[in-house]
Amino acid sequence: MNRSEVIQSLLPVLRDELVVCNIGLPSQELHMMGDQPSNFYMLGTMGLASSIGLGLALVQEARVVAIDGDGSVLTNLGTLPTIANNVADNFTLFIVDNGSYGSTGDQPTYAGRKTSLARVAEACGCERVVECDAGQAAEALQDALESNRMTIIVCKCDPGNIPVPVIEKHPVTIRDRFIQAVRRANG
Amino acid sequence: MSGSRKLVQDMVDAGIGFVTSVPCKQLKGVLEEIDASDRIRHVPANKEDEGMGLCAGAFLGGTRPCIIMQNTALGVTVNALATLIQYYHMPLPMLISYRGEVGEPVACQVEMAVHTKAILAQLNIQTYHFHRAQDAREFPGILRHTFMSSKPTAILTDATFWGEAQ
Repeated sequence: MNRSEVIQSLLPVLRDELVVCNIGLPSQELHMMGDQPSNFYMLGTMGLASSIGLGLALVQEARVVAIDGDGSVLTNLGTLPTIANNVADNFTLFIVDNGSYGSTGDQPTYAGRKTSLARVAEACGCERVVECDAGQAAEALQDALESNRMTIIVCKCDPGNIPVPVIEKHPVTIRDRFIQAVRRANG
Repeated sequence: MSGSRKLVQDMVDAGIGFVTSVPCKQLKGVLEEIDASDRIRHVPANKEDEGMGLCAGAFLGGTRPCIIMQNTALGVTVNALATLIQYYHMPLPMLISYRGEVGEPVACQVEMAVHTKAILAQLNIQTYHFHRAQDAREFPGILRHTFMSSKPTAILTDATFWGEAQ
């Protein structure tokens, strides 16, 4: 399974959850397959999906899922100590680890070679780290959401991309409907 | 009231509930006041662009954010400012230690000081320079302006200001 198939498998679990999605193809795939107002698509700024997700989770009570990639987490590796030391039990970081920079042509990342992001997360102090195969992605995410504990999921999958259109929604539109979804989620 | 305590009180009065920071020795007092405040959640960041991501998330969650950093950080935050904070029209007051100005003992700090206002001007970020202690009287108005306009603003605080504001 590649990343788009992993994201497809997550859609039932992500329904009505607050989702912050990584720049590039992950956001474009999520937008094409499962657009909803509670999705915040990153249109730029590689690496910050996990930081946005954590900031959101810390200031309100609804559950937050950040969908990130191995390349983006490597770009912002400082995020893992910050997450570990500022525990938000309503936060799940789901790292799609295909060992490649998918959006730029599948150049290999170090996560696909010697570096284990799961072990890095553990070394940073993250207490609940789950590594899973692509076929277990939805189950792992469902478990994380039901655990009521902050969870880092590293989902190993194959590289490879499908053709997807770019997101043409205006950033302020994405922002405003997401803020309204956050308000609804907090009753 | 010390200059640091007044700035933090102004943040609380402006409704700021979330602060991220990468430290600078000029801002030591501000960071101590923030940690002493039960009205502000302080999440230290490892790098300033990470901090801007945290602030964006806090804003989306309905909490007014602020980032505290050194002017050298402008060298690593241009992309986060342009493609996240500005592109999505998010408010972000940046309380910045303006190192490399008169009174600076470390020569290398001058190398980013000479670019600081140029970078901010290039990004069309409204910039306020606190040089004398009384300049801090503008802080509440600057914060109101930032959240009214939904844009980032820069508040540069130099060594002369901190010398007077203790």
